[in-house]
Amino acid sequence: MTSAVSFKQVSRHFGSVRAVDAVDLEIVPGEFFAMLGPSGSGKTTCLRLIAGFEQPTSGSISIFGERAGGVPPYRRNVNTVFQDYALFPHLNVLDNVAYGLMVKGVGKAERLKAAEEALSMVRLPGYGARRPGQLSGGQRQRVALARALVNQPKVLLLDEPLGALDLKLRENMQEELKSLQKVLGITFVFVTHDQGEALSMADRVAVFNDGRIMQVGTPEDIYQRPKTRFVADFVGSSNVLPPDFVQRYSGQHRWGSLRPESIRVSGATSGDGVAARLVGTNYLGATTRLALDVDGLRLHAMVPAGTALPAEGEAVTLTFNREHLHLMDEPA
Amino acid sequence: MSLDAAMPRATAPAILPGSGGLRGAFSDLFWRRPKLLLLLMLLPPVLWLGIVYIGSLFALLLQSFFSIDEFSGLINREFTLKTYGDLLQAANLDIILRTVTMAALVTLASAVIAFPIAYYAARYARGRWKALFYLGVMLPLWSSYLVKVYAWKLILAKEGILTWLLGKLNLLWVLDGWLSLPIVGGNSLSVSFTGTFIVFVYVWLPFMILPVQAALERVPGNLVEASSDLGASPGQTFSNVLFPLALPGIVAGSIFTFSLTLGDYIIPQIIGTSRLFIGQAVYSQQGTAGNIPLAAAFTVVPIVIMGFYLWGAKRMGAFDAL
Repeated sequence: MTSAVSFKQVSRHFGSVRAVDAVDLEIVPGEFFAMLGPSGSGKTTCLRLIAGFEQPTSGSISIFGERAGGVPPYRRNVNTVFQDYALFPHLNVLDNVAYGLMVKGVGKAERLKAAEEALSMVRLPGYGARRPGQLSGGQRQRVALARALVNQPKVLLLDEPLGALDLKLRENMQEELKSLQKVLGITFVFVTHDQGEALSMADRVAVFNDGRIMQVGTPEDIYQRPKTRFVADFVGSSNVLPPDFVQRYSGQHRWGSLRPESIRVSGATSGDGVAARLVGTNYLGATTRLALDVDGLRLHAMVPAGTALPAEGEAVTLTFNREHLHLMDEPA
Repeated sequence: MSLDAAMPRATAPAILPGSGGLRGAFSDLFWRRPKLLLLLMLLPPVLWLGIVYIGSLFALLLQSFFSIDEFSGLINREFTLKTYGDLLQAANLDIILRTVTMAALVTLASAVIAFPIAYYAARYARGRWKALFYLGVMLPLWSSYLVKVYAWKLILAKEGILTWLLGKLNLLWVLDGWLSLPIVGGNSLSVSFTGTFIVFVYVWLPFMILPVQAALERVPGNLVEASSDLGASPGQTFSNVLFPLALPGIVAGSIFTFSLTLGDYIIPQIIGTSRLFIGQAVYSQQGTAGNIPLAAAFTVVPIVIMGFYLWGAKRMGAFDAL
């Protein structure tokens, strides 16, 4: 099967900066694909390479089997939802949504009808006459989405589209985006630095760092079986354990990762477990995050709210199921 | 991590004492009553604008409703529309039409030349290149207007460098062909309307470039990307996004180029034909002819034209993107 987007050894260098460095990537048609990474990791540049705003320094990109080298953005059947929406301030909402159809020469009545339908799809029917400046952030976000989707793109690119929204709105939009993608069956490529967002929405996630892809896999793969320290650390703030520590529990001298929720903390200092000291508690609502000190190694544990906890500074014992201790292939 | 080191001593009071003296008292007063400060700052310029500037303009306009006694040459201070009747004579209408046409052409040409320069400066020029841009645009404004105009007279003269250059390039036939045309032609560029036009465009161009550049500077780059992403070719992006968003700047610039051309009396006197422009008419009416009312009536013309121009621009939505 042809990939929706295929990167073959794609690099994009800006002077001496390797924003994207020899990336290979296959995005499956119809999937919700997330590019996850810290800022400056190359994920947004990858998105811009697909959109056509950037051209690769080397390597080749194809979109649904067609070579995209040298093809300008306006000849790619790919649309973008920009981070700050990029709505046209001089056009009303309806004309914003109809813009793509207008420049393609679709008749006025037809394109306005399609735009109105797209607005209904993002639950903003009847907002067409307003100016973008009169809308809230969440509404602008929906207009940007409608403006892209009305063109029925082969691939929809979303550049941190939820970054500017507050938490509640963000959670709503996450669900909506996900269900919209299921209904439309369009390939979504989503850039985010929020690992929770990537894990909850995507079918597959690519974790970026320093212009390279560290790991590609299902959210479960990425979360449960991180390949590298970076992935373990970045995705869900796992405890990264040095080889000496890991050797004591697994017998192998390799780096390991242990999820905070896999650690049980008890007040007793006896029994077989890891002796530690509780150095801080962080109340998060449903859970409490504990900072623990094991002979100078800082670990975090997540316990359900309401668990009886010793006071800060006291000695505790940590236990965990050894199956949950995940060994990593690469030290990087 | 030691927070104590970064924090002030616990002995510091929660409310700091005032700095004391007149300065401190005024600072506190202005902070409590910001409108007082605003009033003090605005009063001098408002008085200047209101009385000296607008006031004298109205005094001038008032003159246009007086008339001149044709025998004695004295001004008859009685309200009449006679002077406006004189203004609408064919010879004077000719002057008005000529000036407005010239101003419109100069404005159009300035906008066409200014846009790419402003676009480059707003989108691409950074650091040193941006400084160079400002220098390049402003530098001609630093030297005397008269020097520039006389320099152009030499450039455009029959024995001037332009004729020489075209001769070297074997392109004299183009120049001769152009000069043989009616209205725009003449003996040489320096005594033709074409010459007047070239010098007007040169002199007023900075007044178009700067507002257009400021308008384009405010257009976020991702709007251009969004347009292109939605399938618009560069030409479509220009006409649907860039141009409408730059329009307030173009209108602001055109107010300068248009009104400056309408009122100028030096350039057409030094470079061009002997036919008059509005500025020259005002100059000669209030000077040699001593007809202050007619001169005043002539000055009303650009004001009325600019009024209509702005009204039309607003109706066309030129200020919607502001």
